[in-house]
Amino acid sequence: MEQEITLKKESQPLAFLKPLVVKFTPKFQKGDIISSLKKTGITIVSILLFLGLWHLGSKALYNKEAAYKIEKALTEQGQAAADAERACIASGDSSCQPNTLPSPAQVWSSLQALIADHKVITADKAAFVEKMAETNIKLVEQGKDAIVYTGRASFVDIVLTSIKTVFAGFLLALLIAVPIGVIIGLSPSLRSAFNWFIQVFKPVSPVVWYLLVFMIVKTLYIGDSSDNAFVISFISVGLCAMWATLVNTAMGVSSVDKDYINVAKVLKLGTFQKVFKVILPSSLPLIFTGLRITLSVAWMVLIAIELLAQSQGLGLFVWEEFQNGANDSNAKIIVAMFIIGIIGFLLDRLMLTVQNMVSFNKNEGV
Amino acid sequence: MAYLELNNINKTYGEGENATEVLSDINLSIEEGEFVAIVGFTGSGKTTLVNLINGLLKPSSGEVLFKGEPVVDTSHERGVIFQNYSLLPWLTVGQNVYMAVKEAFPKESKSTLQQRVRDYVDMVSLTPAINKRPKELSGGMRQRVAVARALAMNPEMIIMDEPLGALDALTRGNLQDEILNIWSKDKRTALLITNDVDEGIYMADRIIPLKPGPNATLGPEFKIDIERPRDKTALNDNPNYKKTRNAIIEYLMDIGESRKSVSQEEFVLPEIAPKSFVA
Ligand SMILES: Nc1ncnc2c1ncn2[C@@H]1O[C@H](COP(=O)(O)OP(=O)(O)OP(=O)(O)O)[C@@H](O)[C@H]1O
Ligand SMILES: [Mg+2]
Repeated sequence: MEQEITLKKESQPLAFLKPLVVKFTPKFQKGDIISSLKKTGITIVSILLFLGLWHLGSKALYNKEAAYKIEKALTEQGQAAADAERACIASGDSSCQPNTLPSPAQVWSSLQALIADHKVITADKAAFVEKMAETNIKLVEQGKDAIVYTGRASFVDIVLTSIKTVFAGFLLALLIAVPIGVIIGLSPSLRSAFNWFIQVFKPVSPVVWYLLVFMIVKTLYIGDSSDNAFVISFISVGLCAMWATLVNTAMGVSSVDKDYINVAKVLKLGTFQKVFKVILPSSLPLIFTGLRITLSVAWMVLIAIELLAQSQGLGLFVWEEFQNGANDSNAKIIVAMFIIGIIGFLLDRLMLTVQNMVSFNKNEGV
Repeated sequence: MAYLELNNINKTYGEGENATEVLSDINLSIEEGEFVAIVGFTGSGKTTLVNLINGLLKPSSGEVLFKGEPVVDTSHERGVIFQNYSLLPWLTVGQNVYMAVKEAFPKESKSTLQQRVRDYVDMVSLTPAINKRPKELSGGMRQRVAVARALAMNPEMIIMDEPLGALDALTRGNLQDEILNIWSKDKRTALLITNDVDEGIYMADRIIPLKPGPNATLGPEFKIDIERPRDKTALNDNPNYKKTRNAIIEYLMDIGESRKSVSQEEFVLPEIAPKSFVA
């Protein structure tokens, strides 16, 4: 009976795709197909219903504001002005449109406008880089800084900045919270020493974290004219979101099953081995639950923090559009809202997949 | 001086008002090379006793001496088969055993250790499951992994806490023989906790009952005077076997009866007449 034994963890780099594969491999079982069709059907119907309600709601708001405008023109300036206002609104002229909740169609066209805008800016950028290529080579040869494109950021750039910020913040949270969580999880006295600290700082709001980080980073960057908005926002996001990971890690490490600790004792594992071979693996599921919460909190507070930090991300985009008050501003804000929601959802799915991968309590891949 | 000695051991869990004395006045001595079985009722403190001997617990009073030295910590010389398997769920069967042999033989090469893992996994007939995780195994299979893990470390003394409880009769018989083999081959010392009197008689030199708790203590020992190697089928006709078996079962039933009456007494309400208020 020759049986290969693998003592290392099996390397299945794509194991996390398994659930997807299972999902998308057609299984020809009538019940399955019907139930999945039913599920998809319900989803589609609910989306349509949502869009319908939204459409009706925005129309009602639009009519209300239009009626008010006409009424106001009538009482203030007389019949002629009211007729002119009515004609203006009916013509769709942007100068007199009611500025209220945009309809689904408006949001859709705004999205397309933003994408078109992105294409224009990308082309601009490419042209600029080409134009400056020679100059830049010379500049670099002379030991000077190359000239970079500093035009307007496109919507896609803005989304990417936000994602970058959230990942940087998440990474910071991970690097701070996991090691500290492990250490305080291992030592009951450190745990009580840190407890007040955690209890006091956990509920602090993102705005206050931003102000705190701003105070510190501003001084650190003193005399440096480079843009520190990104640094400030990712640090604030990280500090604000790390608490769930910290608490979960400490809890996971401090509540390892007594049986596993007994095994470690009977095998006489050294401290290092005990921590890395027994305690950490057994607390991984809780650590990852914490990380998942951290990522979703990070994404949620990101918008407020970017707004405050003037970092070129979705938060600032939303705020600027609101201040802007242009005709399509509201529609753009709603586009951003959907993008924020969808990305948040995808990030959560990503973490859930990772979490399922490390959780030994579930059957893998099912 | 005996190989393992327990002198006047008491073990209390909890403190103050919540304190319960689980084991009282335990005295036991085991000679080198002996095979001793302890039979006891559930919850009487068998696992507690095992943990006192392997060094996971410290007695509240009294001392445990192993080869004359007080037991202060766990040791590779005393291998343990835990009652609840205690396998690490994120490791495969092979990895669980490997972790143990690597600690027991730190100087051996990786391939030697892997061969050792394969040998012991094969001994408990789990070769086809060597790359499976504990979650994918049945209770009996997990228990066999625990047996393989403890034996693969080649301990001088084997301490077994109901190691074969969840197994079917056939596997149980095979593993009993396997454990006896290993025990007799290198003249190990063995302590077996069991709830199966027949298993005790088949395997041990002496059977010692643990009385029901709280304050459980060891009863009188029963020597098994049956020559080794013992033959399971012939055992039934052995007059010595019948006599010992009946004696043990009778004793256990007796203390079981007394346990019932004791627990009934416990529910009798004390006299709480308020005479102290007057005085
Ligand atoms: N850590 C502990 N703290 C408090 N009480 C405990 C602890 N461990 C065990 N006990 C109590 O001590 C008594 C004996 O427990 P133990 O596990 O030793 O029994 P056992 O004979 O091994 O039982 P079983 O046959 O079910 O394995 C039980 O009443 C149990 O509730
Ligand atoms: Mg027990």
